[in-house]
This record gives sequence, structure tokens and C-alpha cells, in this order.
Amino acid sequence: MTKIIVDGAEVDVPAEYTILQACEAAGAEIPRFCYHERLSIAGNCRMCLVEVKGGPPKPVASCAMGVRDLRPGPNGEPPVVSTRSPMVKKAREGVMEFLLINHPLDCPICDQGGECDLQDQAMAYGVSGSRFHENKRAVEDKHIGPLVKTTMTRCIHCTRCVRFVTEVTGVAELGAIGRGEDMEITTYLESALSSELQGNVIDLCPVGALTSKPYAFQARPWELSKTESIDVMDALGSAIRVDARGREVMRILPRVNDEVNEEWISDKTRFVWDGLRAQRLDRPYVREGGRLRPASWPEALAKVAEKIKTTDKARIGAIVGDLAAAEEMFALKDLLSRLGVANIDARQDGAAIDPAAGRASYLFNPGIAGVDEADAILIVGSNPRLEAPVLNARIRRAWRQRGVRVGLIGERADLTYGAEHIGAGTDSLIELVEGKHSFARVLAGASRPLILIGAGALARPDGAAVLSAAARLAQGVEARAEGWNGLAVLHAAASRVGALDLGLVPGEGAKTAAEMAAPGGLDVAILLGADEIEVAPGAFVVYLGSHGDRGAHRADVILPGAAYTEKSGLYVNTEGRVQVANRATFPPGEAREDWAILRALSDQVGARLPYDSLAQLRAALVAAHPHFGAVDAVAAGDPADLSRLAQAGGALSGDVFLNAVSDFHLTNPIARASAIMAEMSALRQGSLAEAAE
Amino acid sequence: MLTDRDRIFTNLNGRRGADLQSALKRGAWDETKFLLDKGRDWIVAEMKASGLRGRGGAGFPTGLKWSFMPKPQEGRPHYLVVNADESEPGTCKDREIMRNDPHLLIEGCLIASFAMHANACYIYIRGEYVREREALQRAVDEAYAANLVGKNNTHGWPFDIYVHHGAGAYICGEETALLESLEGKKGMPRLKPPFPANMGLYGNPTTVNNVESIAVAGTILRRGGAWFAGLGKPNNTGTKLFSISGHVERPCNVEEEMGISFRELVEKHCGGVRGGWDNLYAVIPGGSSVPVLPEHQCQDLSMDFDTLRNLRSGLGTAAVIVMDKSTDIVRAIARISHFYKHESCGQCTPCREGTGWMWRVLERMAVGRAEKREIDMLLEVSTQVEGHTICALGDAAAWPVQGLIRHYRHEIEKRIDDYAANPAPRDYAMAAE
Repeated sequence: MTKIIVDGAEVDVPAEYTILQACEAAGAEIPRFCYHERLSIAGNCRMCLVEVKGGPPKPVASCAMGVRDLRPGPNGEPPVVSTRSPMVKKAREGVMEFLLINHPLDCPICDQGGECDLQDQAMAYGVSGSRFHENKRAVEDKHIGPLVKTTMTRCIHCTRCVRFVTEVTGVAELGAIGRGEDMEITTYLESALSSELQGNVIDLCPVGALTSKPYAFQARPWELSKTESIDVMDALGSAIRVDARGREVMRILPRVNDEVNEEWISDKTRFVWDGLRAQRLDRPYVREGGRLRPASWPEALAKVAEKIKTTDKARIGAIVGDLAAAEEMFALKDLLSRLGVANIDARQDGAAIDPAAGRASYLFNPGIAGVDEADAILIVGSNPRLEAPVLNARIRRAWRQRGVRVGLIGERADLTYGAEHIGAGTDSLIELVEGKHSFARVLAGASRPLILIGAGALARPDGAAVLSAAARLAQGVEARAEGWNGLAVLHAAASRVGALDLGLVPGEGAKTAAEMAAPGGLDVAILLGADEIEVAPGAFVVYLGSHGDRGAHRADVILPGAAYTEKSGLYVNTEGRVQVANRATFPPGEAREDWAILRALSDQVGARLPYDSLAQLRAALVAAHPHFGAVDAVAAGDPADLSRLAQAGGALSGDVFLNAVSDFHLTNPIARASAIMAEMSALRQGSLAEAAE
Repeated sequence: MLTDRDRIFTNLNGRRGADLQSALKRGAWDETKFLLDKGRDWIVAEMKASGLRGRGGAGFPTGLKWSFMPKPQEGRPHYLVVNADESEPGTCKDREIMRNDPHLLIEGCLIASFAMHANACYIYIRGEYVREREALQRAVDEAYAANLVGKNNTHGWPFDIYVHHGAGAYICGEETALLESLEGKKGMPRLKPPFPANMGLYGNPTTVNNVESIAVAGTILRRGGAWFAGLGKPNNTGTKLFSISGHVERPCNVEEEMGISFRELVEKHCGGVRGGWDNLYAVIPGGSSVPVLPEHQCQDLSMDFDTLRNLRSGLGTAAVIVMDKSTDIVRAIARISHFYKHESCGQCTPCREGTGWMWRVLERMAVGRAEKREIDMLLEVSTQVEGHTICALGDAAAWPVQGLIRHYRHEIEKRIDDYAANPAPRDYAMAAE
């Protein structure tokens, strides 16, 4: 710790702090544009200038100068920094004037207006007039893809975007060309950005140079109601803020959660909001003569109830989709067990995970933040760049900053870091378990090895054996640190861990999702937002969900439900963290919250669920599964589960691993309804002409 | 006036050969091993005793700079980088060294590298210096062939020397931008601290020296620091290459004693000011970045660091630009201002935005299309740039403007009055060109 005097107040800060951090610790506000906590230091905007006593008679960029670089006074007094002196005020006014002389000041037509760093800081630290009487610089806008809109005349060259794409995403597609006042931020030959995290440059840009293209001219920040919620596009459960105006979600922004997403979100999370408006099921439908016709709620519910009452309970089953919240899953299971139905499964993809094997067998045990501690990483059957882009950025940081070695078994892919490709199939996994491959030494020498198993590696007939082999690998490492459980299952579905926690797997002798969907498997199939599975002809299908996707097309009765922004629900992310998603808007038309539909149905079938409000339902859920009560906390799995899992064994097929996600932008019904995601997907698949051609 | 026997660069004018044999005849590579055998401490002490101040412009004592290098550590090689990116307008002294006396430079590189535990030296040559690169490379090849440098050279200090050709950016003459460029990155100055002595080339301890500072080292050590210190004035010792250009009869490069009077320099070596001494109007004494001095301050001006600094100008690279009464001083400074606007790297705000602003205002002032209050505004803008930037280019852009306003304010005001009385019908392009 080092002592430093900021504006007359002495503070004690760690020696590695920069002056800017020390000033903030002392409560002084330092304006800045280029400095960002999670990016490297550029020191180029010169807005954070402060005065350092005893140094040269000129202001110092506080973001770039370390406290330990300051000289103490002649008798060993702490160094003195002033953030409010006339020199600092003058310096800030000067820099602000320079930033504004070539800035268009088109705030009335700028989407950044109201949440613009330059606007705010010009108010706080600038002067009111301009002395610049020359013509302003104009810069041509760049086309950098369908997501990020550019207005390059507004750019103040802070290079945050360049540093972000280079350092965090690892796809160095933005750079500065030209020099001096002709410097321009651009992609190479105006090609579109290809990173899955590119949307974050919109938040990073302190001015309106990079704004959201789909959101352009849609709303002003002060008109929006802001709801803190949780994302369901992947299994990470990134913290988001849903901005809505009236009934419509206008945009989705990240919130800071250092344990999960830091302050980034993927493009799918950010831009899926137009999918919340399209293809919505806003009223019940009933199939008649092969065609779906609109129906009333009583009619649709009566039809379902009648079908359930007249069908053999062994011929009824339910499949739960990837976006379901814990409440409706709990209510569905409750309803089915009251009816005596045992056929229920939340594993549409057929993942070989059994909650009976213990919670540690299906969690991302080291935790997402645990990636920052891991000293060797093995990825099996996964492409984290597509399955969880934000997690991938963490892995990249471990590789880039700490030199952690990363191995990959499965499909070859550009993961944005140097992953050593060990093999494509289970043979390579066995080689590692038996210590025959050179990467086995890397794992053996690590004290915190992380074995990341993708959903694709488990959703196969020998999935259980793969999981067991991975557990053996995680177990077999001798140098393992105390309390470290390196088995990390990366799920692809937001509902998955919650469903497994609630035990949404078929009971004794009951059918799995694949068996239910097979021809002749069921007479009545209830799909709770299950769109990734095709139910064979023959069964009477009840679809409860929000979007007119595959499930609704197959349905005989459609019960319109709520999307994730339209209901409050608990989600458990891949590391087992229970989080609350909040309602930002109401479901469209006659659509209702899913649990309420199930509650109404339970009345009709004569098995009334004993809760009349979400609060009561949640209380019942927590009573049955106590760890759901600890929101934002992770209930860790039992390491003993891992040993049992390792001993389970099983025969491996030798097949190559296939990833769970191949088309990043179209993984769920909401994304498939989104025009933005469709365009991005087409761009990725190469069927759309790229950029400004 | 410097006598011939005290001259270090005996082939500055290129009348003799630049090859190794000719250089040997002139005394280069003479007893270099003997100098190295005296040890590092002796070399650094002699350099300090000589009072040599860096010849790149800032005038930082070279011996002191050498002594800043940390103790060698395993796995952290030291580097010597020679700054031959001589791009300051008016300056052409290093060019002549590399063309005509390259062996003095190579010998200096060896000695300096030895003194700083460096086994490798990079010479970063300005992009436009094609012939100079060829000449220097030829000399390096000769030195390798004669085993004067190389892994197992006759001097017993494993030493490699590399000539690197830049791409012609003025900013790459700034030492940290030069290192960035040498590493293959965009030539943009680094934030300091850390300084190159701790974190330089590839993150290793590095000293960056000017060509002239290095090239004089061999002769200083051979003749002793006391000899060098005996020339010139106290604190401004030794000899210095002056590049005199502009309105003199015979512009030239010449080695002279520090502290020589400006008048003597011009009269003796350049045949006087064009049109006679009374025709003198203004002098930029140290390359385009230092403030201009009016004729009355140049009457008995001593050309050394301290005198010029006290006149709020500077010796810089000792590139003396002489201007007679035919000069349009406002336009001249506007042109210099355009140079700095053009060469600003664009990294930090004050320089990127301020240089263009200053240039545009000066362009208007050059025709008088301005208002008098803008003169003070221009001065204030220049102080807002000066000292607020990452590197010294901001200062270099601000000083000529400040010098102009300090000494020739009346000239700008007259221009504005004339224009107001009779506005020129011409339309000037003003936009971002």
C-alpha cells in the first residue's frame, strides 16, 4: 500500500494503482474517454489530466501514470495530486475544446443523445462557447455490418473499439488508418465485423460514432422503462437490462456481473429483441380439419382437458424446451405427477445427464469466474465461441494474459485463441485419460485443470460414457488444488440446469424425449416451448409457448405463453447460479404467463394446482428445492459425485464429436423469429453479399 | 573557430572516400579494442567528463543517459538503438555522417553497445534516406568482412548491427514511436513511464541515441573527455555539426565549436547572409520546431543550448534556417505549422485537433483574413497543445507559433489591417484538405 494525497485528503492505495484509480478511491471524479477498466490503457484522450506536485510543470495523464511512479516529497511526504486546481481545470477545458472542434454537435439527431459521455462531460468540464471558426472535419461513414451503425464524423479517436475487438474478442477487424486529424477507424476494406461480441463496441463508444443499427432512430433513452433481467439465449445467464417503451422491447443492454458476463453480452442476446415482436402466438389456436383456427381460451383449454382425461396416463407425456423458467417447469411437473403421468423430459437434445448422479455431474463446477483461475483448459465437443461467446472471451483472456494452454477435442474451429487440436473423437479423449497424448502432461501438471464438456458431447448415445471419461480425466490429475472441481459442463440451453435441478427427467420405466417423439410414442404430447424436437405424426400435440416455430406448426392446440422478457422467472445458469429474470413488458394479445396457463389447465383436468399467484408458486418451488431460494448464489455440487461418475465408465463409440450449436444466430424460437438474426446468419453462411459491395 | 586538428568528422564534405580503408587512414577504428579494454565504467565516466549533450535536439547529457541502463539480467538483452530518422525540417547533419563517415558511427555503436551491455544495435534510418541506407549498409558489410563487428570480432565483444529502413514518418523520430515502428507496429509514441531504459525495444532495456551523439564517441574516448570538454563553453562543450540553410550565400553543413557566434558561423562558412548582413530578418536556430528569433537578437548570438534557451528558443538539432527581408514570415510559419499538422500521428487529442486548428488560423492570418483577437486565441490554443500531449510533437508544433506571435505580432496585425482595408477577392479553400 502506498500513501498519496489527493485534493488534500490522504488515501492509502495499492502500489499498482494508477493515479486515476487512486483519485477515485479518494472520491475525486476524473473525466475520461479512452480509459476503460477492462481494456488496455491508451492514454490518448488526455481528458484525465491531473496536476502532480513536484513533477514537471505540466499536467499528467492520470490513467497512464502509476502511483509508484510518483516521487515523494523532499522529506518523504506522500506525493500530492490535485484534481481541482486551476491548471487541471484549464487542461480539461482545453482538451474538451479540442474534442469538440471537429465533433459535429448533431446531438438532436444522434442516438447516443442522453447517454453520451461527451455530452455529459462537455456539460461538466467544458466551456459554453466555441472559438473555432474553421470548417469542421467530415468523415465518411463506414459499413461494418448489419449490427453496428457508424457515424464516423462523431468519432473522437479514443480507440476503445479497436482495443476491445483486438483484446477481448480476438477478432482484430477494427483498426485506425491514416494519421493526424485524418485518422479514421475502419475495418479492412469495409468488411463486416464477424465477432459474436461486436455489439459491445456500441456500449464502449463514448460518443455516437458507433450505435446500434437495428435500434437507429427508434427511441430516446429517457423514454424507456428499464428492467434488470437475465438473458436466456445461452446457458450463461448474462445480466441484462431490458429497455422497453410501452409494450415493446426496444433494446437489450448488458449489466455488470463480474461473476458471469463482466460487462459484455453476445450479439444474439443484444439484438434478439426484434424476434420478440415477430411470429408471436397472441391467441389460442385449435386444429380443425388439418388447419389451425383461432379459438378462445375456454375452448382450447377444454379441448386439451378432454384429451388428457380420456387418454391412458402412460400415453401422455411432456417435453420441456430450452427457454422455460423454473416456475412453469415446476408447475408442469407438479401437474403431471398429480395426473399420474411419469413421461416428462427436459432434454430435447437427448443429453445423457441424469440428476440422480448428483448435481456436480451436470454443472460447470469451477464456475464461470473459475476460468480466470484455471491453469489448463481442455474443451471437449464444444465451440464455446458459438455456445457461450462471453465465456469464450474469458478463456481467451486466460490464454492471452496468463498463457494458459488450451486443448480441443472435437470439430476444428477458430476459437480466437491458440487451441491445440488434439483430435476429433472419443479416441483422443481416451488417449488423454490414459496419458498417452502430450497434452495429458499439461493437464497433469496443472493444479486447476478445467475440462469443458460441450452439450454436443453429451447429446449422443455414449454421452454418459463421455461424461464419465471426462470425470476420470478431471479426477486423475494429481496436482489438483484443494477444493477444485474441474469438470465443467457447458450447457446450450438456459432452462437445462434448472430442469435437472427440478428433476424433469423421466421416472422409472417412463419415456425419454426421443422415445416420446418417436412414432407411436405418445397419444398426447405437451410441449412446453419445445421447438428443437419433431414429434412424429399420430400424437395429439399441445404446444405451450411464445413463438410460431416448429412446435406450434406441429401442434393441435396452441396455448400462447410469454417470452422471457414478459414473465418473472427463476433461471439456473450452467454453473448452477440461480438468477431472477424480471418482467419488462406484458405478453401480446391473449397470451398469458406459462404458469398461469398450467394453473388454468389444472382446474379443467380436475387436478388443481395449489397456488394462485406467482409468489405462492415460487414459495412452493423453494420449499421443494431450497437452493432456488438463494438467488444469485451458486449451490456447489458435491465432489463425491465426481468420483462416482468417474467410476461409472461405459463403452465409447469412437464417433467424432459434433457441436451443439452450428448456427449461432438461430438456436431458439425467438432468435429464429428475428429478422436481424436471420440476416446475421445469412451473412455468416455466406449467402448474403458482405458489406458495401 | 574550430581548428582542423580538433575536427571529428574529417570527411563531412565527402571529398575523401567513405570506405573502410579511407576511414582507417582518417583514424576510425584506431585502438578500439584498447578503449573497450579500459572497461565500461571508464567509458561512461569519460563520456560524462566530456560534457557531451545529446545531439538529437533535447540536449540531454549522453554519458548520464548511458549510465541509466539497468544491470544486465538473465533473459533480458539490452539494446542500443540509433535514431537516424533525421526528419526535422532544416536538419541534414546525420545524412552527411552516414554518407561520408559511416565508420565513425559503426565504431561508436560498438563502443556504446559495449558500455551498455548490448549485443545488438539497430540503426533506424529515415524512409527518404535511400542513398544513406545504401552507404551505411555498405560500411556495415565492410566492418563485418573485416571482422570489426560480428559474433567473434576482433574486439572481443559479440556484437551485431542492423540497419533498418523506416517508411518516412516524422513521428518515428520520437524515440518510443521509433521503437514501436522498429517492432513492426504503427509508429505511435508510447506512454512514459516506463522509459526505454527500463522497457524499450521488445520490452527490454534500450537506449536510443542520435547518430551524431554516437558517432563522436570513438574520437572523444581516443582523445579524452577533457579534450572535448575543453572546446566550446561550460555546459555546452565540444563540437557540433551545424546545418545552415535558407537565405545565405552558400548553405552548408559544417562542424564547429559549440558557442560559436551566429555571425561568425554565417560569415565564415556560408559566405554571409544573402544581400548582406543588414538584410537579415529572422533566424530559426535549431530546426523547424524551435521558436524563431528576430534579427536584433541574432546580432551577437552564441550558438549553444543555454543561450538559446534563455532567449526562449533552442539549439535543437542546430539546423540554422536563415531568413532575409524577402521572407513572408507568417506564411513561413504557416508552412511549418502545416508540416506538424501533416505529421501528427493522431493518437492524442490536443495534437491531433490542435495542429490542424493552428495551421488553418495561420493560413488565414498569412493573407490577413483574420481578426486581431484571434492572435491571442491562437497563442492560447498553442499553450493548450503544449505540454498536454503524449510526446513532444505537440510542443514542437506549438513553439514556432508562439515564436511568431512573440516577435512578429506587428506583422500579423499589419496583414490584418491591410486585408480589412482592401479585402482580396481570392477565395481560399478552407475545408479539411
